Amino acid sequence: MNRAAGLTAFTLNGTAVAVGCDAGRRLSDALREELGLRGTKIGCDAGDCGACTVLLDGAAVCACLTPVARVAGRQVTTVEGLAQGDLQDAFLRHGAAQCGICTPGMLMAGTALLAEVPHPTRMQAEAALGGVLCRCTGYAKIIDAVCDVRPAATLLEPVAGQSVGQGIARLDGQAKIDGTESYGADHWPVGALVVRAIRSPHAAAGFVFGDLTGWAAACRVTVFTASDIPGLNRFGVIPAFADQPALAEDQARFRGEAVALVAGEAEGMAGLDLSDFPVTWDAMDPVLDTLPGARAVLAERPDNVLVRGRVVRGDAGAGLQRAAHVAEVSVQTAHVEHAYIEPEAGVAWMEGDTLVIRACTQAPVMDRDDTARILGLPPERVRIIPSAVGGGFGSKLDISLQPLIGLVALKTGRPARMVYSRMESMQSTTKRHPARMTARIGADASGRITGMAFDGTFDTGPYSSWGPTVANRVPVHASGPYYVPGYRAETKAVHTNGPVGGAFRGFGVPQAAVAQEVAFDDLALALRMDRLAFRRLNALQDGQATVCGQVLTGVGIRACLAALQPRWDAALAETARFNASGGAARRGIGVASCWYGCGNTGLPNPSTVRAGITDAGRIVLHQGATEIGQGSNTVIAQIFADALGVPVGALTLVGPDTALTPDCGKTSASRQTVVTGKAAMRSGERLRAEILRLTNRGEDARISVGDGRIVVTDGSGAAEIDLAALPEGPPGYRLVAEETYDPPTVPLDADGQGAPYAVYGYGAQLAEVEVDMGLGTVKVTRITAAHDLGRVINPVLAEGQIQGGIAQGLGMALMEEYVAGRTENLHDYLIPTTGDMPRIDSILIEVPDPEGPMGAKGLGEHVLIPTAPAILNAIRHASGARITRLPALPHRVLAAIREGSQ
Amino acid sequence: MIRPRTLSEAISAAGSGDRIVIAAGCTDLFPATQRQSLAGRILDLTAVDGLRGIARTGDGWRIGAATTWTDVLRAGLPPAFDGLKAAARQVGGVQIQNAGTVGGNLCNASPAADGVPPLLTLDAQVELASVGGVRRLPLAEFVTGPRRTALGPSEILTAVLLPEAQGCGSFVKLGARAYLVISIVMVAARVVVADGRLTQVAVAVGSCGPVAARMTELEARLTGARVADAAGMVSADLVAPALSPIDDVRADAAYRTDAALELIRRALDGAMA
Repeated sequence: MNRAAGLTAFTLNGTAVAVGCDAGRRLSDALREELGLRGTKIGCDAGDCGACTVLLDGAAVCACLTPVARVAGRQVTTVEGLAQGDLQDAFLRHGAAQCGICTPGMLMAGTALLAEVPHPTRMQAEAALGGVLCRCTGYAKIIDAVCDVRPAATLLEPVAGQSVGQGIARLDGQAKIDGTESYGADHWPVGALVVRAIRSPHAAAGFVFGDLTGWAAACRVTVFTASDIPGLNRFGVIPAFADQPALAEDQARFRGEAVALVAGEAEGMAGLDLSDFPVTWDAMDPVLDTLPGARAVLAERPDNVLVRGRVVRGDAGAGLQRAAHVAEVSVQTAHVEHAYIEPEAGVAWMEGDTLVIRACTQAPVMDRDDTARILGLPPERVRIIPSAVGGGFGSKLDISLQPLIGLVALKTGRPARMVYSRMESMQSTTKRHPARMTARIGADASGRITGMAFDGTFDTGPYSSWGPTVANRVPVHASGPYYVPGYRAETKAVHTNGPVGGAFRGFGVPQAAVAQEVAFDDLALALRMDRLAFRRLNALQDGQATVCGQVLTGVGIRACLAALQPRWDAALAETARFNASGGAARRGIGVASCWYGCGNTGLPNPSTVRAGITDAGRIVLHQGATEIGQGSNTVIAQIFADALGVPVGALTLVGPDTALTPDCGKTSASRQTVVTGKAAMRSGERLRAEILRLTNRGEDARISVGDGRIVVTDGSGAAEIDLAALPEGPPGYRLVAEETYDPPTVPLDADGQGAPYAVYGYGAQLAEVEVDMGLGTVKVTRITAAHDLGRVINPVLAEGQIQGGIAQGLGMALMEEYVAGRTENLHDYLIPTTGDMPRIDSILIEVPDPEGPMGAKGLGEHVLIPTAPAILNAIRHASGARITRLPALPHRVLAAIREGSQ
Repeated sequence: MIRPRTLSEAISAAGSGDRIVIAAGCTDLFPATQRQSLAGRILDLTAVDGLRGIARTGDGWRIGAATTWTDVLRAGLPPAFDGLKAAARQVGGVQIQNAGTVGGNLCNASPAADGVPPLLTLDAQVELASVGGVRRLPLAEFVTGPRRTALGPSEILTAVLLPEAQGCGSFVKLGARAYLVISIVMVAARVVVADGRLTQVAVAVGSCGPVAARMTELEARLTGARVADAAGMVSADLVAPALSPIDDVRADAAYRTDAALELIRRALDGAMA
């Protein structure tokens, strides 16, 4: 018999190894902790996400479900064992890695497939990769890559000044495909303490601790509670509303709220049983809905209303009064989980008297300021180094473990690391706000919108997080990109003991778009108008005022809707033919639009970009926009390179680090391409102007930097700058430029009138679905997505954003519903898999924005907004089912089909 | 963790009197714990000689308990097993199919276990071995409730035994997404057709009660029916009494009953095709 105590010997990536750990240990943990191979990622520890896929004798298995004993004498291959080959090249070429956290798993599953089927079909690839979840890409480019593996394919190499508009491979792509990218859980100093949290099992409960000292001594650990927090135990992304404790004091207000920390040596923590932690809970009846009259969730807000939002323009009542038809819709949406494949993770340590925190985040400077406040430190004594981020989508804007590991490092003087389990991540971090919305929209007999009244209540959970932003963004956007002369939209964010409602791609606008676009189909049907024609008639155009009274230019929605017309016409005919043939399936099509303001709503949100040239002639771009997979490392560099006039490959990037890069704000609100991009453009232009001034060369001169000199050439010949001869500027640089850009806005008045955003982006999507009339299941077969980007900086990355946003919109429409205590894992909480995604045709529209850099507009959130309403409208077209509660699970669709046929 | 090489070692370990957890694919054991190691004493059956694989016996087929779903997919089996193969293709993703086993699927006894309905339509028995000897039990008697089986404390499920099966099988699984999905309802069917009539009918429904169940009343009514009439004869009064669905996050109970009826018709169509 082969007993547990001995070594387990096996072949790892071609080399004989032996590991001495517990034979029943997860292979994933042994690979990362014992063997130091951290390219294998852990997303769920339950076989639900496939991120940890490795090959065992050539077959794909989840390393998290494989006990170490089982690999004895066998061959294990991890991502580190894949010699860089054609599959990885295909991933780079196609932009198949966005955040990259699923990429090792995808590569391993793809490798297993290609060993058996060298030239797979898309269906074969989808089936083979069906066990690996990706939250960024919508899978399309991953499947493209697996089906397009060929030797010696070359990558696009743009020349100086011409990288904008080119679909170059992402500049940070190599590390994502060779397993070396280092995420929050992938780096820690030797001997770091391991930190775990004690969390409330109740949605609302008082609690008292027992003998913490005795328990800690018996377990050889240290326990920290709120009483150990040296600063202000209150945080929040909007300082005026800060109300969330890092560790709860006396009362927990949502399931999963942290109340204490346990820190100890790694060996001891691995098997530590936290179930006997000395805490006594006094569970209370939780407040779980937003109806008035509930007890106060937070003492400081007795009516549970966190904030109200309001936009009023013209006379909505009169507009509805004179309408030929008025549509009224009430929509209810669910909590939606971000479900990035990387659970929160990070490590903190002391460098002198500075607390350094390396963790996944979307907002390093906000992390620094909140963590410093909680820990009673001045901000300059906290340094945030963002790790690579395995997906964020809004939730990693809020601090999670930063103050927790910071507290342990600060108190013990030792490095402290923490990795959330999937359940902790799902329980304790923010969600998309569930909404209950009513919209009344009127149109005259010619089909023109006359008025709209919108009322929305958003469940914001017990703490503020981004509730105020949702409540304020929704009334600004709830009209959609349409001209609405009489408008009244009122919202409120209401506290409950549900999960904390936070930022999720679109800040409430995707929910509001459902109400508006379903009502638009009601109106078009009542008017007997073509649904696309109805939208084209009402779409905003240059010179018209928005519901905030802002007169826009560069409005691209009409161009987007026009771009859908050919497919709309063809699909209408195809569906009619299909449905005439009978059977259990019915096909239908639907359309919906989006608009979305880039950046903060009527508030400052500057970005500062610094660039310098060293005496050796290295061009360094301090790029502080946090890359979370969306591509800012590449897009910002492309803009800068063209502004300076050098090849993008000549740049050295210094990523976000509060000690090294100026503040580029948070990665949210679709602002990085526009705001940081414009700061990068200006700093590139300024550096170029300085070089031209020093060499007395004209605007169209060519600049070449390297080998300690800059050569500038124009019609009058070449001139040189000897960099070493220039006076030394800021540390390390001979030439430096730093530029700040803050988009010009006008704050909103009490009626929501003003100019909330300097730049908007637009889009429209056409969804085609097939509904199973016997079962109520929905298959989305094709989406045509037209998005106005103003100027396309990188078409490959832009398509990736569109495909990924559609995947999240499809999930929101059809399957995603987070229920605390019930769907706290990735097999009960469903996100789309490879097999759920339709064919996606992206149409990139360029209606230049006068303000955006090189005409560019934001895209990141826009792409998700039209998807759910377009799908719902297609379901109705196919089946008659008017769905007003999300997600459209099969039982809801079937019930709505039956209701519709009565 | 103990990894015996022979069945007799495994049986004596199981019968040693200590509390021991039997492991095979570990695709259910690991998700049930937040720990990085399986806790307690673990008896891993995957190294036991002869426990993996599918073989002909004198009067049917023997599927070793440690046979993976991928093994099932790749085995040469008659059309009566088409439902079992279709189920194998829909157990988790490829990674789960490569590790998860037929025996583990039965012992885990989830009401949504993909393997149970097709095995019920094949009149499967399970072989249970202990120090005291070997016994056989019909699968329907082995799975007694959600996460409950008739496995004795010192017994090991060693094989699934199937009689010679005629006809053609099918399996349909309904979930809210394409892959990696726990079913809302699933149905397996196996039919034998002669001269345009159904001479044998087996239908089993899963995820519609604490255990998957054969639809005996429906089967009796359909036996002898003409192929063309079969789907039309599937009615709520024959099926609903055999189901006890619940409301949960995936669907409500009324929908499950409706969907079961629809899926039974489709599974029959699939098997008769």
